[in-house]
Amino acid sequence: MKIDRKEVEHVAQLARLKFDEAQLEMFMHQMNNILEYFDKLQDLDTSGIEPTSHAVVLNSVFRDDAAEELFDKDLLLKNAPAKEKGCFKVPKVIE
Amino acid sequence: MELYSLTIHELHELLKKREVSSKEATESVLKRMESIDEKVNSYITVTHKLAMEQAKRADENIKQGKVNTLTGIPLAIKDILCIKGVRTTCGSRILEDFIAPYDATVIKRLKEKDTVFVGRTNMDEFAMGSSTETSYFGTTRNPWDLDCVPGGSSGGSAAAVSADECIGALGTDTGGSIRQPAACCGMVGLKPTYGRVSRFGLVAFASSLDQIGPMTKDVKDTAILLNEICGYDHRDSTSVNVGVPDYTQVLGKEVKGMAAGIPREYFIEGIDKEVEQTVKEAIKVLEGLGMEIKEVSLPHTEYAVAVYYLIAPAEASSNLARYDGVKYGYRTSESEGLLDMYKLSRSEGFGTEVKRRIMLGTYALSAGYYDAYYKKASQVRTLIRNDFEKAFRECDVIVTPTTPTPAFKIGEKADDPLKMYLSDIFTIPANLAGIAGISLPCGFSSSGMPIGLQLLANSFEEEKLLKVSHAYEQHTKWHLEKPDLKT
Repeated sequence: MKIDRKEVEHVAQLARLKFDEAQLEMFMHQMNNILEYFDKLQDLDTSGIEPTSHAVVLNSVFRDDAAEELFDKDLLLKNAPAKEKGCFKVPKVIE
Repeated sequence: MELYSLTIHELHELLKKREVSSKEATESVLKRMESIDEKVNSYITVTHKLAMEQAKRADENIKQGKVNTLTGIPLAIKDILCIKGVRTTCGSRILEDFIAPYDATVIKRLKEKDTVFVGRTNMDEFAMGSSTETSYFGTTRNPWDLDCVPGGSSGGSAAAVSADECIGALGTDTGGSIRQPAACCGMVGLKPTYGRVSRFGLVAFASSLDQIGPMTKDVKDTAILLNEICGYDHRDSTSVNVGVPDYTQVLGKEVKGMAAGIPREYFIEGIDKEVEQTVKEAIKVLEGLGMEIKEVSLPHTEYAVAVYYLIAPAEASSNLARYDGVKYGYRTSESEGLLDMYKLSRSEGFGTEVKRRIMLGTYALSAGYYDAYYKKASQVRTLIRNDFEKAFRECDVIVTPTTPTPAFKIGEKADDPLKMYLSDIFTIPANLAGIAGISLPCGFSSSGMPIGLQLLANSFEEEKLLKVSHAYEQHTKWHLEKPDLKT
Protein backbone atom coordinates (compact mmCIF):
# COMPACT_ATOMS: atom_id res chain seq x y z
CA MET A 1 0.00 0.00 0.00
CA LYS A 2 1.19 3.50 -0.81
CA ILE A 3 0.32 6.66 1.00
CA ASP A 4 0.05 9.88 -1.00
CA ARG A 5 0.61 13.46 -0.04
CA LYS A 6 -3.07 14.17 0.58
CA GLU A 7 -3.32 11.21 2.91
CA VAL A 8 -0.27 12.29 4.90
CA GLU A 9 -1.97 15.65 5.42
CA HIS A 10 -5.17 13.90 6.49
CA VAL A 11 -3.32 11.69 9.01
CA ALA A 12 -1.49 14.75 10.36
CA GLN A 13 -4.85 16.43 10.86
CA LEU A 14 -6.16 13.36 12.74
CA ALA A 15 -2.99 13.29 14.88
CA ARG A 16 -3.21 17.04 15.58
CA LEU A 17 0.19 17.70 14.04
CA LYS A 18 1.22 20.48 11.71
CA PHE A 19 4.02 20.11 9.13
CA ASP A 20 5.64 22.35 6.56
CA GLU A 21 6.14 21.27 2.96
CA ALA A 22 9.55 19.70 3.51
CA GLN A 23 8.34 17.70 6.52
CA LEU A 24 5.29 16.41 4.65
CA GLU A 25 7.58 15.22 1.87
CA MET A 26 9.93 13.55 4.35
CA PHE A 27 7.16 11.76 6.24
CA MET A 28 5.50 10.62 3.03
CA HIS A 29 8.76 9.17 1.79
CA GLN A 30 9.66 7.49 5.10
CA MET A 31 6.17 6.18 5.77
CA ASN A 32 6.04 4.62 2.33
CA ASN A 33 9.37 2.98 2.95
CA ILE A 34 8.15 1.54 6.25
CA LEU A 35 4.71 0.59 4.92
CA GLU A 36 6.37 -1.28 2.11
CA TYR A 37 8.27 -3.28 4.70
CA PHE A 38 4.99 -3.97 6.54
CA ASP A 39 3.59 -5.51 3.36
CA LYS A 40 5.44 -8.71 4.18
CA LEU A 41 2.70 -9.40 6.75
CA GLN A 42 0.26 -9.82 3.88
CA ASP A 43 2.18 -12.98 2.86
CA LEU A 44 0.83 -14.74 5.93
CA ASP A 45 -2.57 -16.35 5.96
CA THR A 46 -4.13 -15.29 9.25
CA SER A 47 -7.72 -16.26 8.59
CA GLY A 48 -9.28 -17.63 11.75
CA ILE A 49 -6.38 -16.46 13.98
CA GLU A 50 -7.52 -14.58 17.10
CA PRO A 51 -5.76 -11.23 17.45
CA THR A 52 -3.64 -10.66 20.59
CA SER A 53 -4.13 -7.28 22.20
CA HIS A 54 -2.43 -8.17 25.49
CA ALA A 55 -0.02 -10.97 26.31
CA VAL A 56 -1.71 -11.76 29.62
CA VAL A 57 -5.28 -12.75 30.33
CA LEU A 58 -6.94 -9.67 31.72
CA ASN A 59 -9.78 -9.68 34.20
CA SER A 60 -11.73 -6.63 35.18
CA VAL A 61 -10.69 -5.39 38.59
CA PHE A 62 -13.37 -3.99 40.85
CA ARG A 63 -13.11 -1.93 43.98
CA ASP A 64 -15.55 -0.15 46.22
CA ASP A 65 -16.64 3.21 44.96
CA ALA A 66 -14.80 5.03 47.71
CA ALA A 67 -12.32 7.87 47.38
CA GLU A 68 -8.77 6.67 48.03
CA GLU A 69 -6.06 9.18 47.47
CA LEU A 70 -6.89 12.77 46.71
CA PHE A 71 -4.38 14.81 44.79
CA ASP A 72 -3.68 18.29 45.92
CA LYS A 73 -5.29 20.71 43.47
CA ASP A 74 -2.48 23.24 43.67
CA LEU A 75 0.10 20.53 43.02
CA LEU A 76 -1.73 19.40 39.89
CA LEU A 77 -2.23 22.94 38.66
CA LYS A 78 1.46 23.62 39.12
CA ASN A 79 2.19 21.90 35.78
CA ALA A 80 -0.50 23.80 33.89
CA PRO A 81 0.84 26.01 31.07
CA ALA A 82 -1.92 28.55 31.82
CA LYS A 83 -4.36 28.74 34.70
CA GLU A 84 -6.82 31.12 36.29
CA LYS A 85 -8.93 30.88 39.45
CA GLY A 86 -8.01 27.25 40.04
CA CYS A 87 -8.87 26.21 36.49
CA PHE A 88 -6.91 25.28 33.35
CA LYS A 89 -7.00 28.17 30.91
CA VAL A 90 -7.29 27.53 27.16
CA PRO A 91 -7.78 29.76 24.13
CA LYS A 92 -11.35 30.75 23.32
CA VAL A 93 -13.30 27.71 22.08
CA ILE A 94 -16.47 29.32 20.73
CA GLU A 95 -16.31 32.40 18.56
CA MET B 1 38.51 0.45 45.34
CA GLU B 2 36.22 3.45 44.93
CA LEU B 3 32.75 3.13 46.43
CA TYR B 4 31.06 4.11 43.17
CA SER B 5 32.48 1.03 41.45
CA LEU B 6 30.78 -1.43 43.83
CA THR B 7 27.79 -3.63 43.10
CA ILE B 8 24.59 -3.44 45.13
CA HIS B 9 25.44 -6.55 47.13
CA GLU B 10 29.04 -5.45 47.76
CA LEU B 11 28.00 -2.01 48.99
CA HIS B 12 25.23 -3.59 51.07
CA GLU B 13 27.79 -5.71 52.95
CA LEU B 14 29.83 -2.61 53.81
CA LEU B 15 26.75 -0.61 54.85
CA LYS B 16 25.47 -3.45 57.01
CA LYS B 17 28.80 -3.77 58.79
CA ARG B 18 28.81 0.03 59.06
CA GLU B 19 32.23 0.20 57.44
CA VAL B 20 30.91 2.92 55.16
CA SER B 21 27.83 5.14 55.30
CA SER B 22 25.24 5.71 52.62
CA LYS B 23 26.33 9.36 52.71
CA GLU B 24 29.87 8.38 51.74
CA ALA B 25 28.65 6.05 48.99
CA THR B 26 26.24 8.65 47.63
CA GLU B 27 28.91 11.36 47.65
CA SER B 28 31.28 9.01 45.85
CA VAL B 29 28.69 8.39 43.11
CA LEU B 30 27.80 12.08 42.80
CA LYS B 31 31.48 12.96 42.52
CA ARG B 32 31.95 10.33 39.83
CA MET B 33 29.01 11.83 37.92
CA GLU B 34 30.52 15.29 38.25
CA SER B 35 33.83 14.15 36.84
CA ILE B 36 32.69 12.10 33.85
CA ASP B 37 29.08 12.83 32.94
CA GLU B 38 30.07 15.78 30.81
CA LYS B 39 31.58 13.18 28.47
CA VAL B 40 29.01 10.40 28.79
CA ASN B 41 25.76 12.38 29.28
CA SER B 42 23.99 9.57 31.13
CA TYR B 43 21.87 11.96 33.15
CA ILE B 44 19.20 14.50 32.31
CA THR B 45 18.79 15.60 35.92
CA VAL B 46 21.04 15.06 38.93
CA THR B 47 18.90 14.88 42.09
CA HIS B 48 21.70 15.90 44.41
CA LYS B 49 19.56 17.31 47.22
CA LEU B 50 17.06 14.44 47.24
CA ALA B 51 19.91 11.92 47.22
CA MET B 52 21.65 13.48 50.22
CA GLU B 53 18.37 13.61 52.18
CA GLN B 54 17.65 9.96 51.37
CA ALA B 55 21.21 8.94 52.28
CA LYS B 56 20.89 10.70 55.62
CA ARG B 57 17.67 8.88 56.37
CA ALA B 58 19.16 5.57 55.31
CA ASP B 59 22.14 6.11 57.62
CA GLU B 60 19.82 6.86 60.53
CA ASN B 61 17.93 3.63 59.88
CA ILE B 62 21.15 1.64 59.51
CA LYS B 63 22.30 2.98 62.88
CA GLN B 64 19.10 1.60 64.41
CA GLY B 65 19.79 -1.76 62.79
CA LYS B 66 17.03 -1.29 60.19
CA VAL B 67 18.83 -2.40 57.08
CA ASN B 68 17.55 -4.32 54.08
CA THR B 69 19.28 -5.25 50.81
CA LEU B 70 18.63 -1.85 49.23
CA THR B 71 18.97 0.51 52.19
CA GLY B 72 21.19 3.43 51.27
CA ILE B 73 22.07 2.15 47.78
CA PRO B 74 22.46 4.94 45.17
CA LEU B 75 20.32 4.13 42.13
CA ALA B 76 19.72 5.88 38.81
CA ILE B 77 16.14 6.08 37.54
CA LYS B 78 15.18 6.33 33.90
CA ASP B 79 13.50 9.67 33.28
CA ILE B 80 10.19 8.00 32.41
CA LEU B 81 9.25 6.89 35.94
CA CYS B 82 7.46 9.47 38.07
CA ILE B 83 9.17 10.60 41.27
CA LYS B 84 6.97 12.97 43.24
CA GLY B 85 8.24 16.53 43.19
CA VAL B 86 11.02 15.72 40.71
CA ARG B 87 11.19 16.73 37.06
CA THR B 88 10.23 13.82 34.78
CA THR B 89 10.94 14.67 31.14
CA CYS B 90 10.75 11.40 29.17
CA GLY B 91 13.57 12.87 27.12
CA SER B 92 11.07 15.25 25.53
CA ARG B 93 10.73 18.98 25.14
CA ILE B 94 7.01 18.55 25.73
CA LEU B 95 7.69 17.44 29.33
CA GLU B 96 10.77 19.59 29.85
CA ASP B 97 9.28 21.30 32.92
CA PHE B 98 6.93 18.56 34.12
CA ILE B 99 7.13 17.95 37.87
CA ALA B 100 5.57 14.58 38.73
CA PRO B 101 2.73 14.99 41.24
CA TYR B 102 2.98 11.41 42.51
CA ASP B 103 5.35 8.43 42.80
CA ALA B 104 5.28 5.50 40.41
CA THR B 105 4.58 2.25 42.29
CA VAL B 106 8.15 1.01 41.76
CA ILE B 107 9.47 4.32 43.12
CA LYS B 108 7.19 4.05 46.14
CA ARG B 109 8.48 0.53 46.78
CA LEU B 110 12.12 1.59 46.50
CA LYS B 111 11.50 4.56 48.82
CA GLU B 112 10.05 2.18 51.39
CA LYS B 113 13.36 0.29 51.19
CA ASP B 114 15.34 3.50 51.82
CA THR B 115 17.17 3.55 48.51
CA VAL B 116 18.84 6.73 47.25
CA PHE B 117 17.94 8.30 43.90
CA VAL B 118 20.98 10.07 42.45
CA GLY B 119 19.46 11.15 39.17
CA ARG B 120 17.20 10.74 36.17
CA THR B 121 18.81 9.00 33.24
CA ASN B 122 18.71 9.99 29.60
CA MET B 123 16.59 8.11 27.09
CA ASP B 124 15.19 8.25 23.60
CA GLU B 125 12.21 10.60 23.55
CA PHE B 126 9.23 8.75 25.04
CA ALA B 127 11.40 5.59 24.86
CA MET B 128 11.12 5.60 21.06
CA GLY B 129 14.53 4.71 19.78
CA SER B 130 17.46 2.34 19.99
CA SER B 131 20.31 4.79 20.56
CA THR B 132 19.24 7.76 22.82
CA GLU B 133 19.78 9.95 19.74
CA THR B 134 16.13 11.02 19.80
CA SER B 135 16.47 12.56 23.28
CA TYR B 136 15.76 16.29 23.44
CA PHE B 137 18.63 16.48 25.94
CA GLY B 138 21.40 15.21 23.65
CA THR B 139 22.80 11.76 22.93
CA THR B 140 24.31 9.60 25.66
CA ARG B 141 27.70 8.21 24.70
CA ASN B 142 28.83 4.63 25.08
CA PRO B 143 31.43 4.45 27.89
CA TRP B 144 33.35 1.80 25.89
CA ASP B 145 33.71 4.14 22.90
CA LEU B 146 32.42 7.69 23.17
CA ASP B 147 31.78 7.81 19.41
CA CYS B 148 29.27 4.95 19.69
CA VAL B 149 25.68 4.94 20.89
CA PRO B 150 24.90 3.27 24.23
CA GLY B 151 21.82 1.63 22.73
CA GLY B 152 18.34 2.66 23.72
CA SER B 153 15.95 3.62 24.80
CA SER B 154 17.34 3.09 28.35
CA GLY B 155 20.79 4.15 27.11
CA GLY B 156 21.32 6.61 29.96
CA SER B 157 20.71 3.93 32.60
CA ALA B 158 22.98 1.45 30.78
CA ALA B 159 25.80 3.97 30.38
CA ALA B 160 25.45 5.14 34.00
CA VAL B 161 25.80 1.56 35.30
CA SER B 162 28.64 0.72 32.94
CA ALA B 163 30.56 3.93 33.70
CA ASP B 164 30.05 3.50 37.48
CA GLU B 165 27.92 6.64 37.68
CA CYS B 166 25.49 4.72 39.91
CA ILE B 167 25.38 1.41 41.75
CA GLY B 168 22.35 0.11 39.85
CA ALA B 169 19.51 1.46 37.75
CA LEU B 170 15.97 1.03 36.54
CA GLY B 171 15.06 1.02 32.88
CA THR B 172 12.00 0.19 30.82
CA ASP B 173 11.66 -2.21 27.91
CA THR B 174 8.97 -1.97 25.21
CA GLY B 175 10.84 -3.64 22.32
CA GLY B 176 14.25 -4.23 23.86
CA SER B 177 14.94 -0.92 25.59
CA ILE B 178 16.55 -2.60 28.63
CA ARG B 179 18.26 -5.56 26.95
CA GLN B 180 19.66 -3.83 23.86
CA PRO B 181 21.46 -1.00 25.75
CA ALA B 182 22.60 -3.55 28.37
CA ALA B 183 24.24 -5.51 25.55
CA CYS B 184 25.75 -2.36 23.99
CA CYS B 185 27.22 -1.22 27.32
CA GLY B 186 28.33 -4.60 28.66
CA MET B 187 26.09 -4.94 31.70
CA VAL B 188 23.08 -6.93 32.88
CA GLY B 189 19.48 -5.95 32.09
CA LEU B 190 16.29 -7.91 32.66
CA LYS B 191 12.85 -7.39 31.16
CA PRO B 192 10.33 -9.06 33.45
CA THR B 193 7.22 -10.86 32.24
CA TYR B 194 4.44 -8.50 31.19
CA GLY B 195 2.30 -7.93 34.30
CA ARG B 196 5.12 -8.81 36.73
CA VAL B 197 6.00 -5.20 37.62
CA SER B 198 3.40 -2.46 38.05
CA ARG B 199 3.38 0.15 35.31
CA PHE B 200 1.59 2.71 37.47
CA GLY B 201 3.56 5.95 37.19
CA LEU B 202 5.48 4.79 34.14
CA VAL B 203 4.77 7.33 31.40
CA ALA B 204 3.00 5.20 28.79
CA PHE B 205 4.50 4.49 25.37
CA ALA B 206 2.90 1.20 24.25
CA SER B 207 0.82 -0.08 27.11
CA SER B 208 0.58 -3.72 26.03
CA LEU B 209 4.38 -4.00 25.73
CA ASP B 210 5.99 -1.71 28.36
CA GLN B 211 7.72 -3.27 31.38
CA ILE B 212 10.06 -1.85 34.04
CA GLY B 213 13.20 -3.80 34.94
CA PRO B 214 16.60 -3.74 36.66
CA MET B 215 19.88 -2.75 34.95
CA THR B 216 22.88 -3.72 37.03
CA LYS B 217 26.57 -4.64 37.21
CA ASP B 218 25.96 -8.34 37.79
CA VAL B 219 23.23 -10.98 37.88
CA LYS B 220 22.97 -11.08 41.67
CA ASP B 221 22.16 -7.35 41.70
CA THR B 222 19.44 -7.92 39.13
CA ALA B 223 17.87 -10.58 41.37
CA ILE B 224 18.07 -8.26 44.40
CA LEU B 225 16.47 -5.33 42.59
CA LEU B 226 13.84 -7.55 40.96
CA ASN B 227 12.81 -8.82 44.41
CA GLU B 228 11.79 -5.32 45.40
CA ILE B 229 10.02 -4.05 42.28
CA CYS B 230 7.84 -7.07 41.45
CA GLY B 231 4.36 -7.77 42.72
CA TYR B 232 0.70 -7.12 42.31
CA ASP B 233 -0.60 -3.54 42.23
CA HIS B 234 -4.29 -2.75 42.02
CA ARG B 235 -3.41 0.57 40.37
CA ASP B 236 -2.27 -1.25 37.21
CA SER B 237 -5.11 -3.20 35.60
CA THR B 238 -2.59 -5.41 33.79
CA SER B 239 -0.70 -6.29 36.96
CA VAL B 240 -0.87 -10.06 37.50
CA ASN B 241 -1.46 -11.42 40.97
CA VAL B 242 1.19 -14.14 41.08
CA GLY B 243 3.40 -14.65 44.15
CA VAL B 244 6.90 -13.19 44.02
CA PRO B 245 9.65 -15.66 44.91
CA ASP B 246 12.97 -14.64 46.47
CA TYR B 247 14.90 -14.42 43.22
CA THR B 248 18.27 -14.68 44.97
CA GLN B 249 17.47 -18.25 46.06
CA VAL B 250 18.22 -19.71 42.62
CA LEU B 251 21.68 -18.13 42.39
CA GLY B 252 24.46 -20.70 42.59
CA LYS B 253 22.13 -23.62 41.88
CA GLU B 254 23.14 -26.24 39.32
CA VAL B 255 21.93 -25.83 35.75
CA LYS B 256 22.83 -29.40 34.80
CA GLY B 257 20.04 -31.05 32.86
CA MET B 258 18.26 -27.82 31.96
CA ALA B 259 17.55 -27.46 28.26
CA ALA B 260 18.68 -24.45 26.23
CA GLY B 261 16.86 -23.93 22.94
CA ILE B 262 18.75 -22.30 20.08
CA PRO B 263 16.32 -20.80 17.56
CA ARG B 264 17.68 -21.27 14.06
CA GLU B 265 15.89 -18.10 12.88
CA TYR B 266 18.15 -15.96 15.09
CA PHE B 267 21.37 -16.92 13.35
CA ILE B 268 20.59 -15.36 10.03
CA GLU B 269 22.16 -13.47 7.18
CA GLY B 270 23.09 -9.98 8.32
CA ILE B 271 24.18 -10.88 11.83
CA ASP B 272 27.67 -9.67 12.66
CA LYS B 273 30.19 -12.55 12.43
CA GLU B 274 31.89 -11.68 15.72
CA VAL B 275 28.52 -11.53 17.50
CA GLU B 276 27.58 -14.91 16.08
CA GLN B 277 30.93 -16.46 17.03
CA THR B 278 30.87 -15.01 20.56
CA VAL B 279 27.32 -16.18 21.23
CA LYS B 280 28.16 -19.65 19.92
CA GLU B 281 31.08 -19.78 22.34
CA ALA B 282 28.73 -18.78 25.16
CA ILE B 283 26.43 -21.64 24.18
CA LYS B 284 29.41 -24.00 24.47
CA VAL B 285 29.98 -22.70 28.00
CA LEU B 286 26.37 -23.51 28.87
CA GLU B 287 26.86 -26.97 27.42
CA GLY B 288 29.98 -27.35 29.53
CA LEU B 289 27.88 -26.53 32.59
CA GLY B 290 25.77 -29.58 31.82
CA MET B 291 22.93 -27.95 29.94
CA GLU B 292 21.31 -29.81 27.10
CA ILE B 293 21.57 -27.78 23.87
CA LYS B 294 18.86 -28.28 21.26
CA GLU B 295 17.72 -26.49 18.16
CA VAL B 296 14.25 -24.97 18.31
CA SER B 297 12.25 -23.05 15.75
CA LEU B 298 10.49 -19.70 16.05
CA PRO B 299 9.21 -19.56 12.46
CA HIS B 300 7.50 -16.15 12.64
CA THR B 301 10.56 -14.26 13.86
CA GLU B 302 11.02 -12.44 10.56
CA TYR B 303 7.61 -10.78 10.97
CA ALA B 304 8.23 -9.48 14.50
CA VAL B 305 9.68 -6.09 13.55
CA ALA B 306 6.74 -5.32 11.23
CA VAL B 307 4.23 -6.42 13.89
CA TYR B 308 5.96 -4.34 16.55
CA TYR B 309 6.22 -1.19 14.44
CA LEU B 310 2.48 -1.36 13.82
CA ILE B 311 1.31 -2.21 17.34
CA ALA B 312 3.68 0.03 19.30
CA PRO B 313 3.05 3.20 17.22
CA ALA B 314 -0.71 2.49 17.24
CA GLU B 315 -0.70 2.36 21.04
CA ALA B 316 1.65 5.34 21.19
CA SER B 317 -0.53 7.49 18.96
CA SER B 318 -3.36 6.91 21.40
CA ASN B 319 -1.28 7.31 24.58
CA LEU B 320 0.39 10.50 23.39
CA ALA B 321 -2.89 12.15 22.48
CA ARG B 322 -2.88 13.44 26.06
CA TYR B 323 -0.12 15.95 25.27
CA ASP B 324 -2.21 18.85 24.08
CA GLY B 325 -0.76 21.78 25.99
CA VAL B 326 -3.73 22.06 28.35
CA LYS B 327 -3.16 20.38 31.71
CA TYR B 328 0.62 19.95 31.69
CA GLY B 329 3.56 20.05 29.34
CA TYR B 330 4.70 22.46 26.69
CA ARG B 331 2.27 24.97 25.16
CA THR B 332 3.05 27.05 22.09
CA SER B 333 3.43 30.76 22.72
CA GLU B 334 1.16 31.93 19.93
CA SER B 335 -1.80 30.25 18.28
CA GLU B 336 -5.05 30.98 16.50
CA GLY B 337 -7.66 29.23 18.59
CA LEU B 338 -7.81 25.94 20.48
CA LEU B 339 -7.24 23.48 17.61
CA ASP B 340 -4.27 25.46 16.38
CA MET B 341 -2.91 25.52 19.93
CA TYR B 342 -3.10 21.70 20.11
CA LYS B 343 -1.36 21.30 16.77
CA LEU B 344 1.40 23.80 17.38
CA SER B 345 2.08 22.65 20.95
CA ARG B 346 2.42 19.05 19.77
CA SER B 347 4.42 19.90 16.67
CA GLU B 348 6.86 22.10 18.60
CA GLY B 349 6.97 19.84 21.67
CA PHE B 350 7.57 16.43 20.04
CA GLY B 351 10.71 15.44 18.18
CA THR B 352 10.80 13.90 14.70
CA GLU B 353 10.87 10.22 15.71
CA VAL B 354 7.89 10.63 18.06
CA LYS B 355 5.95 12.42 15.34
CA ARG B 356 6.86 9.70 12.85
CA ARG B 357 5.48 7.02 15.17
CA ILE B 358 2.35 9.01 15.95
CA MET B 359 1.79 9.34 12.20
CA LEU B 360 2.36 5.62 11.58
CA GLY B 361 0.10 4.65 14.45
CA THR B 362 -2.64 7.07 13.52
CA TYR B 363 -2.53 5.78 9.96
CA ALA B 364 -2.62 2.12 11.05
CA LEU B 365 -5.69 2.79 13.20
CA SER B 366 -7.49 5.06 10.75
CA ALA B 367 -10.68 4.12 8.93
CA GLY B 368 -10.04 1.81 6.00
CA TYR B 369 -6.62 0.59 7.16
CA TYR B 370 -7.39 -0.93 10.55
CA ASP B 371 -7.93 -4.47 9.24
CA ALA B 372 -4.97 -4.45 6.87
CA TYR B 373 -2.53 -3.17 9.48
CA TYR B 374 -3.50 -3.18 13.15
CA LYS B 375 -5.70 -6.26 13.08
CA LYS B 376 -3.30 -8.15 10.83
CA ALA B 377 -0.38 -7.30 13.13
CA SER B 378 -2.37 -8.42 16.21
CA GLN B 379 -3.08 -11.75 14.51
CA VAL B 380 0.57 -12.30 13.63
CA ARG B 381 1.34 -11.41 17.24
CA THR B 382 -0.71 -14.48 18.19
CA LEU B 383 1.41 -16.60 15.84
CA ILE B 384 4.59 -15.27 17.47
CA ARG B 385 3.21 -16.11 20.93
CA ASN B 386 2.32 -19.59 19.72
CA ASP B 387 5.88 -20.07 18.42
CA PHE B 388 7.26 -19.42 21.91
CA GLU B 389 4.66 -21.58 23.59
CA LYS B 390 5.65 -24.48 21.37
CA ALA B 391 9.39 -23.87 21.81
CA PHE B 392 9.12 -23.75 25.61
CA ARG B 393 7.59 -27.22 25.59
CA GLU B 394 11.03 -28.40 24.48
CA CYS B 395 13.38 -26.19 26.48
CA ASP B 396 13.74 -24.17 29.70
CA VAL B 397 15.40 -21.13 28.20
CA ILE B 398 15.99 -19.84 24.68
CA VAL B 399 19.50 -18.55 23.97
CA THR B 400 20.17 -15.88 21.31
CA PRO B 401 22.33 -12.85 20.63
CA THR B 402 20.74 -9.72 22.15
CA THR B 403 21.57 -7.57 19.14
CA PRO B 404 22.65 -8.36 15.56
CA THR B 405 25.71 -6.08 15.87
CA PRO B 406 27.69 -4.42 18.67
CA ALA B 407 26.93 -0.74 19.41
CA PHE B 408 26.93 1.33 16.23
CA LYS B 409 28.43 4.77 15.68
CA ILE B 410 26.49 7.89 16.65
CA GLY B 411 24.69 9.17 13.53
CA GLU B 412 25.14 5.91 11.61
CA LYS B 413 21.44 5.03 11.51
CA ALA B 414 19.90 8.33 12.53
CA ASP B 415 18.63 9.18 9.03
CA ASP B 416 17.22 5.76 8.18
CA PRO B 417 14.33 4.88 10.51
CA LEU B 418 13.77 1.41 9.06
CA LYS B 419 17.44 0.48 9.51
CA MET B 420 17.23 1.68 13.11
CA TYR B 421 14.03 -0.34 13.69
CA LEU B 422 15.73 -3.52 12.46
CA SER B 423 18.37 -3.28 15.20
CA ASP B 424 15.65 -4.48 17.63
CA ILE B 425 14.98 -7.67 15.71
CA PHE B 426 16.11 -10.08 18.47
CA THR B 427 14.53 -8.31 21.42
CA ILE B 428 11.09 -7.38 20.05
CA PRO B 429 9.55 -10.90 19.99
CA ALA B 430 9.74 -11.24 23.80
CA ASN B 431 7.67 -8.06 24.26
CA LEU B 432 5.08 -9.19 21.75
CA ALA B 433 4.77 -12.54 23.54
CA GLY B 434 4.92 -10.97 27.02
CA ILE B 435 7.68 -13.35 28.16
CA ALA B 436 10.77 -12.59 30.29
CA GLY B 437 14.23 -11.87 28.90
CA ILE B 438 17.70 -10.95 30.12
CA SER B 439 20.86 -9.70 28.45
CA LEU B 440 24.27 -10.29 29.98
CA PRO B 441 27.81 -9.64 28.77
CA CYS B 442 29.41 -12.55 26.90
CA GLY B 443 32.51 -11.07 25.30
CA PHE B 444 33.89 -8.29 23.14
CA SER B 445 34.29 -7.51 19.46
CA SER B 446 37.78 -7.03 18.00
CA SER B 447 37.25 -3.27 18.35
CA GLY B 448 36.59 -3.71 22.07
CA MET B 449 32.81 -3.28 22.10
CA PRO B 450 30.70 -5.46 24.43
CA ILE B 451 28.53 -8.26 23.05
CA GLY B 452 25.33 -9.36 24.78
CA LEU B 453 23.88 -12.82 25.32
CA GLN B 454 20.10 -12.93 25.51
CA LEU B 455 18.18 -15.58 27.43
CA LEU B 456 14.41 -15.83 27.17
CA ALA B 457 12.10 -17.78 29.47
CA ASN B 458 8.38 -18.37 29.55
CA SER B 459 6.08 -16.00 31.46
CA PHE B 460 6.83 -15.80 35.20
CA GLU B 461 9.94 -17.95 34.85
CA GLU B 462 12.46 -15.21 35.68
CA GLU B 463 14.08 -17.65 38.09
CA LYS B 464 15.29 -19.78 35.18
CA LEU B 465 16.86 -16.73 33.54
CA LEU B 466 18.66 -15.76 36.73
CA LYS B 467 19.82 -19.29 37.49
CA VAL B 468 21.37 -19.84 34.04
CA SER B 469 22.75 -16.26 33.80
CA HIS B 470 24.38 -16.52 37.19
CA ALA B 471 25.95 -19.90 36.39
CA TYR B 472 27.31 -18.47 33.13
CA GLU B 473 28.55 -15.31 34.81
CA GLN B 474 30.36 -17.21 37.55
CA HIS B 475 32.10 -19.25 34.92
CA THR B 476 33.17 -16.44 32.60
CA LYS B 477 33.68 -13.13 34.49
CA TRP B 478 32.90 -10.85 31.52
CA HIS B 479 30.88 -8.74 33.95
CA LEU B 480 34.07 -7.70 35.76
CA GLU B 481 35.43 -5.85 32.72
CA LYS B 482 35.14 -2.06 32.96
CA PRO B 483 35.49 0.66 30.33
CA ASP B 484 38.58 2.81 30.58
CA LEU B 485 37.22 6.31 31.08
CA LYS B 486 40.03 8.71 31.69
CA THR B 487 38.80 11.41 34.03
